[in-house]
Amino acid sequence: MEIKLTLNGKAVAAAVEPDLLLLDFVRAQGCYSVKRGCETANCGLCTVLMDGKPVLSCSVLAARASGHEIWTLEGLQEEAEEFVGFIADQGAEQCGFCNPGFVMNTIALLRENPEPSDEEIKAFLSGNLCRCSGYEGQLRGIRAYLDWKKGVREDGTGL
Amino acid sequence: MEQAFKTVGKPVRKKDAMQLLLGKPAYVDDITPANALVVKVLRSPHAHAWIEGIKKDTALKVPGIVGIYTYEDVPQKRFTMAGQTYPEPSPYDRLLLDQRVRFVGDAVAIVAGETEKAVDKALRMIKVQYQVLEPVLDFRTAKDNPILVHPEDNWKALCEVGADNRRNLCASEESGDGDVDAVFADCEEIVEHSYHVKACQQAMMETFRTYTEIDRYGRLHVISSTQIVFHCRRIIANALDIPKSMVRVEKPRIGGGFGAKQTVVAEVYPAFVTWKTKRPAKMIYSRKECQTAGSPRHEMEVHVKLGASKEGKIRALELYTLSNTGAYGEHGPTTVGLSGHKSIPLYTGGLEAHRFRYDVVYTNVQSAGAYRGYGATQGLFALESAVNELAERLHMDPLKLREKNIVREGMVMPAYYGETANACALDRCIARCRELFHWEEKAPVRDMGNGKVRTAGVALAMQGSCISGLDVGSATVKLGDEGFYNLIIGAADMGTGCDTILAQMAAECLECPVEEIQVFGADTDASPYDSGSYASSTTYITGKAVETACEELKGNLCKIAAGMMGCADTDVEFTGDGVRRLDGSGFVTRSEIAQKSMAFNQIPAQTTATHTSPVSPPPYMVGMVEIELDKETGKVEVLDYTAVVDCGTPVNPNLARIQTEGGLVQGIGMALYENVTYQPSGKISENSLMQYKIPTRLDMGHLQVEFESSYEPTGPFGAKSIGEIVINTPAPALAHAIYKATGVWHRTLPITPEKILMGLEDE
Repeated sequence: MEIKLTLNGKAVAAAVEPDLLLLDFVRAQGCYSVKRGCETANCGLCTVLMDGKPVLSCSVLAARASGHEIWTLEGLQEEAEEFVGFIADQGAEQCGFCNPGFVMNTIALLRENPEPSDEEIKAFLSGNLCRCSGYEGQLRGIRAYLDWKKGVREDGTGL
Repeated sequence: MEQAFKTVGKPVRKKDAMQLLLGKPAYVDDITPANALVVKVLRSPHAHAWIEGIKKDTALKVPGIVGIYTYEDVPQKRFTMAGQTYPEPSPYDRLLLDQRVRFVGDAVAIVAGETEKAVDKALRMIKVQYQVLEPVLDFRTAKDNPILVHPEDNWKALCEVGADNRRNLCASEESGDGDVDAVFADCEEIVEHSYHVKACQQAMMETFRTYTEIDRYGRLHVISSTQIVFHCRRIIANALDIPKSMVRVEKPRIGGGFGAKQTVVAEVYPAFVTWKTKRPAKMIYSRKECQTAGSPRHEMEVHVKLGASKEGKIRALELYTLSNTGAYGEHGPTTVGLSGHKSIPLYTGGLEAHRFRYDVVYTNVQSAGAYRGYGATQGLFALESAVNELAERLHMDPLKLREKNIVREGMVMPAYYGETANACALDRCIARCRELFHWEEKAPVRDMGNGKVRTAGVALAMQGSCISGLDVGSATVKLGDEGFYNLIIGAADMGTGCDTILAQMAAECLECPVEEIQVFGADTDASPYDSGSYASSTTYITGKAVETACEELKGNLCKIAAGMMGCADTDVEFTGDGVRRLDGSGFVTRSEIAQKSMAFNQIPAQTTATHTSPVSPPPYMVGMVEIELDKETGKVEVLDYTAVVDCGTPVNPNLARIQTEGGLVQGIGMALYENVTYQPSGKISENSLMQYKIPTRLDMGHLQVEFESSYEPTGPFGAKSIGEIVINTPAPALAHAIYKATGVWHRTLPITPEKILMGLEDE
């Protein structure tokens, strides 16, 4: 079947099998940041934004994305770059395999709630599993970013 | 002993951090062609069966199917998939495909096709006729059971590990020191129990995966998510029965390993397909395969007998470990040793005698492998629980009890191969953790009203820093244009950050910023030999090789520079930026030396060093956990986990901290939720992340990690290891806290709310 959608801001038209998952579709389009970690919608590694909302691309048919706007980390590099360095400064990326899904969901969180509490961060990201970091360092990284951002807003220097 | 370092000890960013955080292609499936043949394995539905026939003709007719291979098509030489130094202690008990299948999930046929759909269809159309045999499912009855898991004549043990396939024995041994029975007879207090740890999964986020192709020299080129490129080369060659020279193995970034990828789990199948078809092939394990046909922790039942005086002096220890290696013996003979050798020495303090015995048995369940902690985890759950029970029985503060008995710097450890604890800050770890955690406030059982109680538990741990007298690490350092350096290693960064910490060590030696060190690894054709990243060895062994290689390189650079300045090489010194004449009359920059090294020069501007160690200095740590236990539901909430670790010099405190936090959370999962249960058929119930619950962000409370460093004289810059020890304290510390809250000792993991509520064991 034919689908037409916007992927990372570009119009894409493709002939796909009706049972093709969005995850496999975007990878075939070169969006290798999107990872598969399970087959049961439990790990959050395949998170992409569909019309601005985070979805698990392993649980969305490519056909269902037709007519919609899909963003992967490939298309949101600048938005991610603003905060991921703070996670790198904690060493909390570790193996990195869960990173794109968790970064995408963090983007969704920060768009929805620019000043989340620690509890709100943990709850929003609880579907993004990580086996390496123990999560605490990722939280420290996001918190450090939010504190920096607050400094930028308050005194305009970020220091 | 401690020195001021410029780069070592600094929290520098991981070299690959931004690439990974921004989702750049870095892993096997991102960087290899998408049009490779899809390889999958047909798996046995029976725990034990003999294949009488396989009908594959209709499956072969599925459009796009390129090959279907069965036991009739593969080499008949047995091998092991364990990534260990040759001759491997793990018996040679595997064939690529065997006529006897030994667990639910064992490989029956390999299918290769152009698309996943074609392969899936063919898998459904292969008809296998099984003679179903009775399996051995209970590891407690496996030894000398009339049903044999490996009755075959060509089963072979290369090392003397006490293995006997006619008795379902993968290994067996006894060791000790002193007259244990006499000391027990003289002890006022005896604590004696059995403790059971299940076959937990590493559950790394990237499942096993491998890409294979024939390269431009006609050799088999393997790109795999592996911790052990060199062992992998040997094992693939063994499995395919081809010369080792025909195989090249490299690893890109690895999406987590934790020991799982110290076994060659997926590699052999696409390798075989490529060798047969000469076409590129790829195998990506599903999560279900990872959970049911991977290489999990060895299920162990550890029987502890502890003898002490009524004043709390631990005088005698005896451990008997029964380990379940499953259908194949990968890491069976070696993991079990750590259950005693890396638990008993913690109590070297007043120990007069010890005995440690073990049996490792074959059964018809998923084969076990290497998982962070590697047997020490199981042994420490048992021993630390017994020590906590002694403390409770004596109404003694468990920290005071430890202080009376622990190993201290300078002590000879008879239970640790007679090694001396040259660097040991365990006493300081306990003191610091007590203070940081507020043990005195948190240890008492506090009724919070509404049916909830709060209390705390504690445990100690140790590990090693390599396999002493065996592991080999190497590093090549090379000066390049404009004076940058390549650091080329065979160790495998699996997210742990070894590329970065080794670069920090090189930068320290070469007196340059860490950004000027470019790291490459690992590739069997291009890297100097390294056993691989396991046994907590990379920092300690490969790190020392880096240090030596850099020192040698500096000598060579001085020689080249002396030639340039027309003086003797004894008249110059390396400054980091370049080489200067000692009398101040000349200086050449690194860039100039690099340029000179490439023109009319015969002094190598690259050096390779290799390191090994006769000792394996243990890191030590203490972990304390505060829980809130709901007596109405049995739910345990982890509130605070504080750990203080002595890993020698933390080469990168950020990465050491993250290692610790990650290990603690894995340990919490193992202690409280991660379960492995078998249906009567021998099939594993927890075959997805839906059933196998690993901790989420909401499950680990607040973690606090600090370091109390000793200085290990044989390690690079005083470093020991960090990677494995960190998983060992949560299970005994949580069992301790749960006992205090409920009055029931749980001796089987995981300690689920159901079990807490029922106050009983699921033995």
